[in-house]
Amino acid sequence: MATALELKNIHKTFEAGSVNENHVLKGIDFTVNEGDFITVIGGNGAGKSTFLNSIAGSFPVDEGQILLGGSDITKESAYKRASHISRVFQDSKLGTASRLSIEENLAIAWKRGKKRGLGRGICKKDREVYRDELKKLGLGLEDRLKMDVGLLSGGQRQALTLLMAALVTPKLLLLDEHTAALDPKTSQMVLDLTDQIIKEKKLTALMITHNMEQAIHYGNRLIMMNNGRIVVDVSGKEKENLTVPDLLNLFKKNSGSDVSEDALLLA
Amino acid sequence: MALLLSSISQGLLWAIMAIGVYLTFRILNVADLTAEGSFPLGAAVSTSLIVTGVAPWLSVLIALLGGMAAGLISGLLYTKWKIPALLSGIITMTGLYSINLRIMGQANISLLGEGTLIRTVESFGLNKTNAVLLVGSIAVGLVILALHMFFHTEVGLAIRSTGDNNEMSEANGIRTNVMKVIGYMLSNGLIAMSGALLAQNNGYADISMGIGTIVIGLASIIIGEVFFRNLSIAKRLMTVVLGSVIYRLLILIVLQMNVNPQDLKVFSAILLALALRLPAVQNRLSKPKSKVKSTKMINKKGGALSWLQR
Repeated sequence: MATALELKNIHKTFEAGSVNENHVLKGIDFTVNEGDFITVIGGNGAGKSTFLNSIAGSFPVDEGQILLGGSDITKESAYKRASHISRVFQDSKLGTASRLSIEENLAIAWKRGKKRGLGRGICKKDREVYRDELKKLGLGLEDRLKMDVGLLSGGQRQALTLLMAALVTPKLLLLDEHTAALDPKTSQMVLDLTDQIIKEKKLTALMITHNMEQAIHYGNRLIMMNNGRIVVDVSGKEKENLTVPDLLNLFKKNSGSDVSEDALLLA
Repeated sequence: MALLLSSISQGLLWAIMAIGVYLTFRILNVADLTAEGSFPLGAAVSTSLIVTGVAPWLSVLIALLGGMAAGLISGLLYTKWKIPALLSGIITMTGLYSINLRIMGQANISLLGEGTLIRTVESFGLNKTNAVLLVGSIAVGLVILALHMFFHTEVGLAIRSTGDNNEMSEANGIRTNVMKVIGYMLSNGLIAMSGALLAQNNGYADISMGIGTIVIGLASIIIGEVFFRNLSIAKRLMTVVLGSVIYRLLILIVLQMNVNPQDLKVFSAILLALALRLPAVQNRLSKPKSKVKSTKMINKKGGALSWLQR
């Protein structure tokens, strides 16, 4: 199995040297195989989002190396990495531009990683692609191409963001609690959609979730973070047979600290 | 009728400036005060060139380029040096005062006896107002057409999405800083072009003619938005033109009431304050039962004043 992503000894400290100094990532060593769908769990402040953001390049890391498909991207800016890495955020408003129409948003995503010139932003052929892709969502958005995204519901926006993230097949898909802000029913819909898209396009994905059941149910590998380190990493058969109590035991054993289920579930 | 025609013709020339302000204020969602310097810059460049014998139309194009250079500086200060947008604009605008004086060599230049675009058209047998109407309509028409086409290109879409959602744009591989700088350049280019046209219309350029530019631009935008909202780009630009015309009409009415021209800026300021207040009042009137929701709605749309709080 080819390696999709490799992190070597990643460190990140925020506000270094000040009273608020916060050493968030404390030496992450982590390898992702191609086609892995990894769920990431951990309590508040465990460093899950920082972990994902460091891969996406939202900020430079202090130490360590990030390899994507074998090439070193440690020093690349976020917009450059964006040609290979796509993201879906927790806030559905963050993933789409509200004053642009559905098709304009898709056009932005369609050009991810490509040069943007003075050609027409949307041509007829593209529009057919957008319509076909939107049909897969089953939300009827294909008939509302010209509608401003700001008029859509949170769930619809998040589904659209997901579609945009996978429109140009990324080497890596990062999902940062992308269903946390939705109601349970919509959340389930978006999650199933996520699973479907990842399987269909054979994507490599990292998904942060606050829900242990979800973390166990989805994906082929699960990691748990605590205090800036990865403390649990299970995959394959072991992951399939995992239960919530198993997970809590593993956490206790590997991190040396106890954790109430609530703290994790609510985090 | 004469009053109306006069305000339409003047409004058209001013509208190009207001459209320029619209690009930064509404599309990029930042307040750029460079306008106060790039507007007289356009006038200074155009008049000095005409006086030395350059064709009036060419002087307008060069003024446009000059304005783009001013926009480039503000844009770089804002994006590369991370200076807040309001301050970047003030820095460029202050520097431009001296540069404008250098370009003109004196505090004002008269175009008495020189050829201008307006006079060229007048020589076809039109009276002054009609000549301005024609020049203004052609210029505004070209600008709106060009912008409409530009904002539907790949780069144009990228600029709009940058102003709308910076984080999402970056996540989609858009070089947001470059987009902002392009927006700044287009904006100030148009503002300078408007300055050049107005100087040719008035027959002179004056070093202090930029004072209050941003107020006029914003007032035109907000007045236009009072009537229409949520339109396509080209139509939104047309509402800016309408706003600009209405603004001129209001100013002319004030002047007709024998108000001293010196006191005009106070009226401009009051007018902008009222125009900025109007959307909130409008929302309250349209939804009298859900007061809380209506204020929320304003905040959601960016609100009339959201940029000041950055």
